[in-house]
Amino acid sequence: MIIIEWLLLVFLIVCAVAVSISKNLLNSVIIFMSYSLVMAVIWVLLRSPDLAITEAAVGAGVTSVLFFLALRKIGRMGHKDEGEK
Amino acid sequence: MNEELRAIWQTFFNWVMGIGPRPENEVIPPEPPPDLPFTQKPRDKYSRFHEATLKERYNQWLEIHGLHLFSVLYAGLSVLTCVVIVSLLLATVAELPPFGHERNPANNEVIRRYVEHGGHETGAQNIVAGLILDYRAFDTFGESAVLFTAAVSVLMLLGASRSNKPDDGESPLRHHHAFSKNDTILRGVATLSIPAILMMGCVVVINGHLSPGGGFSGGAILSTALILAANAYGFGRVHDFFSERTFIVSSSTALMIYALSKGYSFFTGANHIHSIIPKGTIGDILSGGLILPLNICVGLIVAGTLYGFYALFSEGDI
Repeated sequence: MIIIEWLLLVFLIVCAVAVSISKNLLNSVIIFMSYSLVMAVIWVLLRSPDLAITEAAVGAGVTSVLFFLALRKIGRMGHKDEGEK
Repeated sequence: MNEELRAIWQTFFNWVMGIGPRPENEVIPPEPPPDLPFTQKPRDKYSRFHEATLKERYNQWLEIHGLHLFSVLYAGLSVLTCVVIVSLLLATVAELPPFGHERNPANNEVIRRYVEHGGHETGAQNIVAGLILDYRAFDTFGESAVLFTAAVSVLMLLGASRSNKPDDGESPLRHHHAFSKNDTILRGVATLSIPAILMMGCVVVINGHLSPGGGFSGGAILSTALILAANAYGFGRVHDFFSERTFIVSSSTALMIYALSKGYSFFTGANHIHSIIPKGTIGDILSGGLILPLNICVGLIVAGTLYGFYALFSEGDI
């Protein structure tokens, strides 16, 4: 169990760095989503299922949807849109 | 001495202002031929003798080196800021007590009281729900009010700009929305998953006092189902049962029920009057006193607000 926890923590750090390094904003949002998902698993391992549910619903769900919406608004949704412009 | 100083000052002043001495006997160059392109024309007749002012020289230097200097400064300063913040945070973490230690300051008599008497005092099996909706219900009320206020302000700001604009009906967003309506895969997946998501949200809201979850997370799940429905079937279909009026009425009603019921509870509790709200047996659906209705109220507010934000930012209208 300890090994899984460490793996998840390392994944968190990798995700956090990758979000800021990634050039494509869409990739950044998806990586941020996976960060929230892993964080939800870690909350379960830390015996706080309430926070896990909220993190999965808000962090991975609603926040990402709003980010996607913002990306569509500013016209940075993936390569296809950039190519058209 | 004084004269020399004044002369030096005059020279310096002229150098700064760009009005240096001009050679009187220089021949003024002839007018350029009229067919010269506009960009190659000299700026004015005296441009040859015009000595640039300090500001102009600064601007020229800035045009050549400014972007490079800015990028170097920007990178340096951002790295510096990151290093400072990271080191501050790491220093703070190093000061924290060890994780999960029994002598940590968080393990005081308050947490003991909650754990030992929480179930029998609040009637909730999920102590977290009992904590945030019974012991600390005032904070949760404030959070709901803040969320509602934010939603109403966004509605006023974005809705006002919408109503003033003439409705052209051919905006790119409408176009996109028409495109997404024809997506067969999205519609199929939405048809399958929306009932499951709605059920999940309702379970999380209604079982808030028995199992992990509660009004906020359940409301967020419900709003996700609404957003998925709006993307798959178009905003018109969602608008049929969840319009701006529904949002305002349901949120205000939920907030009023919350305020009145919790106000009664605060009043009786503070004055040591016996409350008429039954606690029920721990573990039943109808238990936990006010926690179940409060969870439903918070769920309604959160679901409406989050979906309202999505609809407002996407369509400019709920």
